[in-house]
Amino acid sequence: MKRLINQRPGTLGKCLLGLLPFVVIGIVYFYFSSERLAINPNDKLMPSMQSFIDAVSYLAFEPNKRTGDYVLWADTAASLQRLGLGVGISALTGLIIGILVGIIPLVRAGIAPVITIISLVPPLAILPILFIIFGLGELSKVMLIVLGITPFLIRDVQLRVMALPHEIIIKAQTLGANSWQLILRVVLPQVLPKLIDAVRLSLGSAWLFLIAAEAISATEGLGYRIFLVRRYMSMDIILPYVVWITLLAFLMDYLLRRLSKSVFPWHSTDQGENK
Amino acid sequence: MNDIKIKNLWKEYGDNIVLENINLDVKAGEFVTLVGASGCGKTTFLKMLLGTEQPTRGELLLNGKPIANEPGADRGIVFQKYSVFSHLNVVENVMLGEELKESPLLGRCFGKKRQAIRERAIALLEKVGLDHALTKYPSELSGGMQQRLAIAQALIKQPQILLLDEPFGALDPGIRSDMHELILEIWRETNITIFMITHDLSEGFSLGTQLLVFDKQRHDPDQPNRYGASITYDIPVGRSKKTNQ
Repeated sequence: MKRLINQRPGTLGKCLLGLLPFVVIGIVYFYFSSERLAINPNDKLMPSMQSFIDAVSYLAFEPNKRTGDYVLWADTAASLQRLGLGVGISALTGLIIGILVGIIPLVRAGIAPVITIISLVPPLAILPILFIIFGLGELSKVMLIVLGITPFLIRDVQLRVMALPHEIIIKAQTLGANSWQLILRVVLPQVLPKLIDAVRLSLGSAWLFLIAAEAISATEGLGYRIFLVRRYMSMDIILPYVVWITLLAFLMDYLLRRLSKSVFPWHSTDQGENK
Repeated sequence: MNDIKIKNLWKEYGDNIVLENINLDVKAGEFVTLVGASGCGKTTFLKMLLGTEQPTRGELLLNGKPIANEPGADRGIVFQKYSVFSHLNVVENVMLGEELKESPLLGRCFGKKRQAIRERAIALLEKVGLDHALTKYPSELSGGMQQRLAIAQALIKQPQILLLDEPFGALDPGIRSDMHELILEIWRETNITIFMITHDLSEGFSLGTQLLVFDKQRHDPDQPNRYGASITYDIPVGRSKKTNQ
C-alpha cells in the first residue's frame, strides 16, 4: 500500500471525486427542502425541483406577456453585452497603458503615481457620480466595470512587463529594434497571454460591479432580475439565476484559458505548466 | 579597422570602485577571453562594451569613436540564458533581426521579402546545426540548442563585435566542446571580434587569441570596495590558430 500522499486518482476517479461535493450539496438541499415543504407546502425559502423547472421554463421558453421577450435570454444578452464591453475596454486600456508604463521609464514616472491613487478609489463609492455624469443608461454600468478593473489590469500588465527578463530587452536592441518595434515584436506578444490570465482573475470583480450597477438602476439584466424578484422572495427564480451566472462565469474562464492555450502554445510550456 | 581602444577606464558605483585604470588594445578579428574571480568586474566590462553601462572615467573607443551608450546592431550578444525569444519559433527568432531592419513600422515582413529573409535565416541555422528544428519553440529545445539559436540570431545582423557572457556555463561538458568548435568555426569564417567571459580557464586558453585576466592588484581588508579590479594579465595565446586555417 502506497502512502496516502503518493496515491493518485485515475481519470474516472478524478471525475467522480470532483462530482461528489455537488451530489452531496444537492442531496442535502433537496432533503431539507422536502422536509420544509412537508410542513408548509407554501414555503418559499427552499423550493422543490418542480418549482425550479416551472420557473425556469416560464422565464426561458415562454415569451413574456407584456414585452414578448424571453426574459432569461433577454437578461443574459443585456448583462453579457455590458460585461463584454466593460471587460473589453478595460483589457485594451490596461494593455496599452500597462505596456507603456512598464517599458518606458519616462511614462512610468509620469503616470504610475496617478494610477496607484485611482486604483485605491472604491469604484462603488463613485457609482453615484457615474450615474450623474453618464446617466442611468448603459454607459454608466459599463463605466463602473471599466473603472473597477482597469487599474488592476494596468498594474498587472505593468508588473508583467517589468518582470520580463532584462536579457531579451537588450537582445532585441542588439538586433536593431527601436522602441516601437521592441514593444510591437517583443513586449506585446510576451505580455498578451499574461493579460488573458489577468482578465480571468478580474472577471469576478467585473461580475460584482455589473450586478451592483444592475441592482440599482436597470430595466433588464441578470442582476436586475435577481433584485427585482427578491421583493417576492422568489427563491425559485433567484437560485437558478445564481447557478446560471456561475455557469456563465465558469464558461468565460474556461474559454479564455482555451484561447490562451491555442493562440499562445509557447506560453504554457514556457511557464512550466503540464510538467 | 574595427579596433577597440580603451584608455584609463574607471567604473565606480558611488564609493564602490569596480574597475580601475583599464588600458587595452584589441585588434579587429581577435578572440578575446575574459577570466577572473566572481565579482571582479568582467561582466561590468562587457556591459560597457554592450552599452548598458557607461564608464565613469576614461575612453572606450571603437574605430576611434566613443562606443554608443546604448545597445546597438553593431554589437551582438549571447547571454547565459534568456537570449532567445520564447514567443517565436526557431526560424522566426533568427529572422527577427532582418525583419526589424526591413520593416520599420511593423517589424514584420511579408511575401517575397519574408521568403528571402527566411532563406538567409535557414542558411544560418544550417551552419549552427539547427535546420532540423525550424518550427520548434525555444522551450522545446535543449540548453545547447538554445545557445546555438542565440548565436545564429546574433549573427544575422553581421555585428562587428560578438559579446558572449558565459554562453556555455550551463551546458554539459560534451555539448560544450561541440559549441567550442562551432564558435571557432564561425569566428574564422566571419572575421568577427569576439569577447567571451568564462569561468573555465582552460576554455579561455584554448579558444582565445587574447586572454585577459581581471583581478584586484591592491587590496584593503578593511575596505574591500576601495580598490577596483584591473587587467592583471593580457596574454597573447594561440595567435597562430587563425593562420593555421
